[in-house]
Amino acid sequence: MINLPSAIKVSARALSVNKMRSALTMLGIIIGVAAVIAMLSVGAGARRQISEQIAGMGSNLIIVLPGGATSGGARMGAGTLPTLSMSDADAILKEAGAVEEVAPILSGIAQVVWGHRNWSTNVLGTTPGILVVRDWPLESGRPFTDQDVKTSTKVCLVGKTIVDNLFEGADPVGQIIRIKNVPFTIIGTLAPKGQSAIGQDQDDTILVPVTTAQKKLFGTTFPGMVRIIMVKAKSGDDLPAAEKQTNDILRQRHHIGPKQDNDFTVRNLTQMMQTAEQAANVMTLLLGAIASVSLLVGGIGIMNIMLVSVTERTREIGIRMAVGARSWDIRTQFLIEALTLSLIGGILGILIGVGGSTALSAIAGWPTLVSALSLILAFCFSGIVGIFFGFYPAYKASLLDPIDALRYE
Amino acid sequence: MPLIEIKEVSKVYSLGGAPLNALDKISLEIGRGEFVAIMGPSGSGKSTFMNMLGCLDRPTSGKYILEGVDVSGLDRDELALIRNQKLGFVFQGFNLLSRTSALENVELPLVYSGVPAGQRHERARQSLKTVGLENRLHHHPNQLSGGQQQRVAIARALINDAPIILADEPTGNLDSKTSREIMDLFVRLNTQREITIILVTHESDIAAYSKRVIRFLDGQIVNDGPGGNNA
Repeated sequence: MINLPSAIKVSARALSVNKMRSALTMLGIIIGVAAVIAMLSVGAGARRQISEQIAGMGSNLIIVLPGGATSGGARMGAGTLPTLSMSDADAILKEAGAVEEVAPILSGIAQVVWGHRNWSTNVLGTTPGILVVRDWPLESGRPFTDQDVKTSTKVCLVGKTIVDNLFEGADPVGQIIRIKNVPFTIIGTLAPKGQSAIGQDQDDTILVPVTTAQKKLFGTTFPGMVRIIMVKAKSGDDLPAAEKQTNDILRQRHHIGPKQDNDFTVRNLTQMMQTAEQAANVMTLLLGAIASVSLLVGGIGIMNIMLVSVTERTREIGIRMAVGARSWDIRTQFLIEALTLSLIGGILGILIGVGGSTALSAIAGWPTLVSALSLILAFCFSGIVGIFFGFYPAYKASLLDPIDALRYE
Repeated sequence: MPLIEIKEVSKVYSLGGAPLNALDKISLEIGRGEFVAIMGPSGSGKSTFMNMLGCLDRPTSGKYILEGVDVSGLDRDELALIRNQKLGFVFQGFNLLSRTSALENVELPLVYSGVPAGQRHERARQSLKTVGLENRLHHHPNQLSGGQQQRVAIARALINDAPIILADEPTGNLDSKTSREIMDLFVRLNTQREITIILVTHESDIAAYSKRVIRFLDGQIVNDGPGGNNA
């Protein structure tokens, strides 16, 4: 029986005799593997982008908006009625079993001044719950407390963009800034979150206790009114329940009859994003499937060339059999040839695929992500293609009759 | 015990419909160290006989006992092992691998008996020295003359120290001078190494090198007598 190094040497020589043919056969696999890698990386990149946006927004998130006012028959759109209050938020947190945390928000644009610098930013009046609801850790300092909310303390947490623009990156904890001319002590900085799904800078934000915002910054006609209530469900599975409970509690509190419309809107953002993520998954699968077709075609190319090669080398096979090559030896030799073609093609395809997806993200700006798994998968797949499509020609060669093969011209 | 024992061997081909008796109940013995020439017109069954002796083909009925082992019932791979260990082939058309050096052509049987590369080279070198080609180790077949190519083929047949060399018209493609050289080589291997040589030929002057001539006609042995080399 032939030993493996000899078999590999014999196969390598056979392939090097027809260099052009070997290279063209490999090209089929190269293109197939490169396409699979590039397509998977585009899909994975899209999915990662969506995942990052979901994580940035805070997970398992429900947003409650006030309803629209109707003025002389014209409906004014969501948020024009001051129907949500601090006590609504407290009720949701207390009564809804599927809810982990709530954060009422009263926000507005305000001019912020520190020393001779100033900056216009988004000021959110809220409760400590916001940090939980939005999965927003602190970079430094401490969060404000329920006690701060109760006593309307003039403290604030600032985002990364504020730190950069007012303090040029220096740690601002302990400094006093003026928001709408009201002095606030900075007690902490927020960890950077980057852009939101719609391209908004989420770090361009200052958080203050909601009661302070109501009293000192955005004076409201209705005491305790808030603009938005953010609700975090206990888990992804609890989202629908949390949505329903929030809805029911608010209908009850707002005294809305069975046939009346809500004076608020409940939106499940996470679910929307998850739908987008699923769409990205389907796209990845689809792109991968299309690319696999070219790998399949490459495999058929290998089979075709191996069949030609077996026919051409019938006499050689006969000689090898006459001097004692067994069926196994002949089969191994041709299988190794097919496998060599497909594996070298696979490696080159991986290189080109990785290069191609890097180029795609550099030139076209597409987010791409080459995962180690997709590389290993593509390599193994090209090997499987080689064995699958190489087997029949190798099997055919091994079954040749030595007498006929020796006489073959 | 004879080296080769053939008992009532028949080979029947069924081409189209009517069965063709290529070999018809042949029996004979060949002893160790014999030099046998097989003659006969084409279609007489001598090629079928050689293929069977060479374990390239199996008899339809009868027994072929080689060194005391019945090989007529062995399967493909078992026959391949017998060819590898006990038989050396020399063909009319040389049947060397093209684009492959003389050394590597000679090594080929050892490749399939799993001998490591270093040992293969050494034995192939020795074998090529025996046939007088120690200066042509790295030449490819297309760089060698017909006689030299046939010597490479003989070196290949020798490398596994097989007790039998089967030669199918080994001088058919060679001129008369080269033919004589090749036949002298066979005679030397037969007398000095006691290798049993069985060759098929059309030409009586080639058969004259042998010690025994067997004539075939219509699938049967019609004559089995001494050759011209019994002196």
